[in-house]
Amino acid sequence: MISQFALSIVVGIFVGAIAGYLGSLMLTKRMALVGDALGHVALPGVGLALLLGINISLMAFLFLAVGILLIWALEIKTSLPTEALVGVVFVTSLAIGFLIIPGADLEAALIGDISQVSLAMAITSIVLCIFTFAVINKIYSGLILSSISPDLAEIEGVKAKKYNFIYLILIAVVVALGIRVTGSLLVGALVILPAATARNLSRNLKQYAYGSIFFGVISSVLGILLFKMTDLPAGPLIILSAGFFFLISLLFKK
Amino acid sequence: MKEAILKVKNLDVDLDNERILSNLSFKVKKGDVFIILGPNGAGKTVLLKTLLGLLSYEGKIEWKKGIKMSYVPQRLPFIKDIPMSVLEFFELKGADENEAGRFLKAVGLEEKDLLDRRIGDLSSGQFQRILIGWALVGNPQVLIFDEPFSGIDVSGIEPIYSLLEQLAKKGLTILLVSHELNIVYRFATSVLCLNKETLCQGSPKEILNPKNLSKLYKGQVKFYSHSHD
Repeated sequence: MISQFALSIVVGIFVGAIAGYLGSLMLTKRMALVGDALGHVALPGVGLALLLGINISLMAFLFLAVGILLIWALEIKTSLPTEALVGVVFVTSLAIGFLIIPGADLEAALIGDISQVSLAMAITSIVLCIFTFAVINKIYSGLILSSISPDLAEIEGVKAKKYNFIYLILIAVVVALGIRVTGSLLVGALVILPAATARNLSRNLKQYAYGSIFFGVISSVLGILLFKMTDLPAGPLIILSAGFFFLISLLFKK
Repeated sequence: MKEAILKVKNLDVDLDNERILSNLSFKVKKGDVFIILGPNGAGKTVLLKTLLGLLSYEGKIEWKKGIKMSYVPQRLPFIKDIPMSVLEFFELKGADENEAGRFLKAVGLEEKDLLDRRIGDLSSGQFQRILIGWALVGNPQVLIFDEPFSGIDVSGIEPIYSLLEQLAKKGLTILLVSHELNIVYRFATSVLCLNKETLCQGSPKEILNPKNLSKLYKGQVKFYSHSHD
């Protein structure tokens, strides 16, 4: 029998790694706050999952997909800036989320709860993380080139629409996975902090990408260990650990 | 008579229902240094992007079959925010370490360890050279530059200018956008004066006279004189 704690740590390691890796792309594409906004968009899904006792990440992902489609459709219909529409959709979702989430479950939805991970859930998360890693790895340099210059990327054969679509799906998957660990309020930080830390310390892309993964992993591990010792909620402890590493990195900034 | 590698006929480009380029027709021949000259907002960058197939248009753009081109945009403002080594920048275009080194050499950069340097730490002159080297990856026959001299101080312009000149001598066709009259005069084999439409066209000696220039810049340019050596 694998202990509950071991399952939590393993899930934390994988989700931390994938969040860091994707975050390194989001930071270069100046989408640092998108993870934050999407975390809130997923809240009604998390609420429904808690009410019905079904998989949180799955429902979060479905709501994210609907949210992204809605933003995309509104953009075409209203020609308001994306940023404004993301704002509209995310605060509305937040309000709906608060109404449907039962009081007792609200904390888990907002700041995550990794203490009750089943074996099946852990395996699903790990498989999804590995799959997501492979896809990000495949489109990484194309997306980097397109964040340097969309024109150059297109000339080099990077299909911008296709890449951006895959990229958005990946963000939705990672946010859905991360919500289980740090909750919808904090998932944005899980994506951005490790990447920001790694950027302070790296001289090249390789260091940056692997550094983001590294800081994602050690933030998760440290946070979950602290949770074990203090019995305070794991989500905030993970994010505080990540914030701590960021502060340290400032001292060594390249 | 050298063969034409690009024929443009009756080219119109609209962006957001506004006509940006109207009824352009010109030819670029192999080995030409073809410079597009014009004031800000004249549609120079739009023309380059259209030629590269990035924008939709009406009319005819005919590149010689199988021609390989390379493009260097005017500015890459975000590249310095990304931790990336010079080698990794080349790898984005599929070059390995050997090739990257070779192309750096071709643009006169032989400094040791340059490949490992972070792009954000380079001077603007070095970076501009690296961009040119980057454009050479894949051995294109046509190089397309948008303002290759912008953001470089005066002392940095000359080496880049002579580098481009060398490349042109080797048979590369160069298309570039510039507003540096001095460069245009010395370097171009053919000039297109552009302000939404063609205002003049020909070799620099034929067309770069005060009358055409004041038409092009609507009298905003003071009389321009130059000396030959």
